[in-house]
Amino acid sequence: MESGPSQARTAGSRGDAGPGGSALTHARTATARKTYLKTYSYWFYAPAGLVYLVVFLVPTVMSFYFAFTRWDLFTAEWIGLDNFSQFFSEQQLVTSLWHTLFYAVFTSGAKVVLGMLFAVVLTSNMRIRGLLRSLVFFPVLVSTVAVGITFGVLFQPDFGLVNTVLSWVGISGPDWLGDPDTALLSVAVVDVWKGVGLATVIYIAGIMSISRDYYEAVDCDGGGAWVKFRHITLPLARPATFTVILLSFIGGLRSFDLIWTMTGGGPGFASDTIASVIYKQYQAGFYGLSTAGNVVLFLLVSAIVFPLAFVLNRREVDL
Amino acid sequence: MRLARRLTLEVGSLAIALVVFVIPFLFIVVTAAKDQFEAGQLAFSLPSTWTIGDNVKQVLTDNDNLLVVAFKNSTLLTVVSVSLLVVLCSMVAFVLQRRPGRVANGVGLLMLSGLIIPPAIVPTIWVLQKLHLFKSIPGLILVEVAFTIPFVVLLFRAFIASIPRELDEAAIIDGCGGLRLFFSVIFPLLRPVIITVILTSSVAIFNDFVNPLYFTPGDENATVQLTLYNYLGRYNTQYNLLFADILLITIPPLLLFVFFNRKIVEGQTAGAIKG
Repeated sequence: MESGPSQARTAGSRGDAGPGGSALTHARTATARKTYLKTYSYWFYAPAGLVYLVVFLVPTVMSFYFAFTRWDLFTAEWIGLDNFSQFFSEQQLVTSLWHTLFYAVFTSGAKVVLGMLFAVVLTSNMRIRGLLRSLVFFPVLVSTVAVGITFGVLFQPDFGLVNTVLSWVGISGPDWLGDPDTALLSVAVVDVWKGVGLATVIYIAGIMSISRDYYEAVDCDGGGAWVKFRHITLPLARPATFTVILLSFIGGLRSFDLIWTMTGGGPGFASDTIASVIYKQYQAGFYGLSTAGNVVLFLLVSAIVFPLAFVLNRREVDL
Repeated sequence: MRLARRLTLEVGSLAIALVVFVIPFLFIVVTAAKDQFEAGQLAFSLPSTWTIGDNVKQVLTDNDNLLVVAFKNSTLLTVVSVSLLVVLCSMVAFVLQRRPGRVANGVGLLMLSGLIIPPAIVPTIWVLQKLHLFKSIPGLILVEVAFTIPFVVLLFRAFIASIPRELDEAAIIDGCGGLRLFFSVIFPLLRPVIITVILTSSVAIFNDFVNPLYFTPGDENATVQLTLYNYLGRYNTQYNLLFADILLITIPPLLLFVFFNRKIVEGQTAGAIKG
């Protein structure tokens, strides 16, 4: 068993293995180490590790095999890169890649901007800020299917509430979910509505951790609210920004449930993302192709999120 | 002048919040209370006659009490998954935090990957089928547990780091083995973070739609989210019933929110920042 000096130190409870290590101390540290290894036994990993291994790791690894096969869950026939060439030759599948990227970029951008704005307002001296925080946060806890269905009805072209309100001011709203030009955008807007509460509370936590002294310094120098925001809140809330970006990117790239309940990827393929393509191919019985989609999603997420996490983490240390 | 500006800000933001975040929920309530014809008009108005009781009763009894069964399934799924998560993940986090080294680094990396990597769906079905657990609640429980492990382990690890090691040493000197040290000394101290974990992960698992859709398709072992999705086709013209269903499904998280508002927000941000 490997164990660094730090562990031996912590194991030999304070002072045991002090300077002038005689034979006796050596013996004592050896016993202490044995106790240490037995107390913090790797068996603690076993139950969770088994579930994680069987239900998460094995499928993830196996997906890199099944993605290269024609597969009906019982027999898999190796067909090389056929699934991938099919994936990248069908226009609708390629556009789903772009939709996924657009969706992730739009939702994380909007959550950063709105989350920051809400947090600044909600950390100001307001009497009703507790109520407002609750109102903004509650949608985070509501089922995505319920939100999707509700907004599907609110976005109805003829009698839906959104277009009714727009008609009061003389605008005839489009068929939000039925028009290929607006379908994906409408879903993304609802995603922001549901998720902005989480971004807001993360920003609130970030802003609350900024020392009041900085703001007082600006007061002394006669700076106004804008100076405070631009030169103190914005740079010092950077860790919160990174968290919000990372979280919404991970969520946005995988997003499926809201799209599936609101548009089903339609009209046509206008709001298909990789995750909805994976589901459609699975439903159609193309298990190999569906798994290839999963591998593409895996690669996309890894290619974006791991470097992003790395860069953001490094910058965080610089602060 | 200053007071006037502050008042404008307060009134303005309250108005925006009410319009944007409250009207959708009011819409759910009023539509769930209308009769079929009135609900079909999709207007945002008070119902001329309140039939909310009848609607709820009809949604619950339709299709041989399908929704009641689904509520039982969802409750079972949530309670068992969350209990497993609390016990299994706190054990992992304990050794992960107390025994640093190469193994711990590896486990930490696996947990981070688990937060980021999208699960491979069809291969998971393949594994569950081999175990004869596909389309069953126990299978779905395993899936929910496996996919939530990383998040919960990281929450626990951060908290365990704040428990002094001297406590472990005292217990060891008193003759405690690892298991007893963990379950009778450490575990009771985890109470605050356990509450956070229970709240955060039970909301996530109760609301989950994607995993039931893939791993327990059909009506037999449906969860509430799945019945709602299935009703979307079935109740296409009966918006009052559809929204009565939505209302019922929104009540459990609403109750949790009313009672544990602060704890939930805390859990969401802590998890987020660790993630």
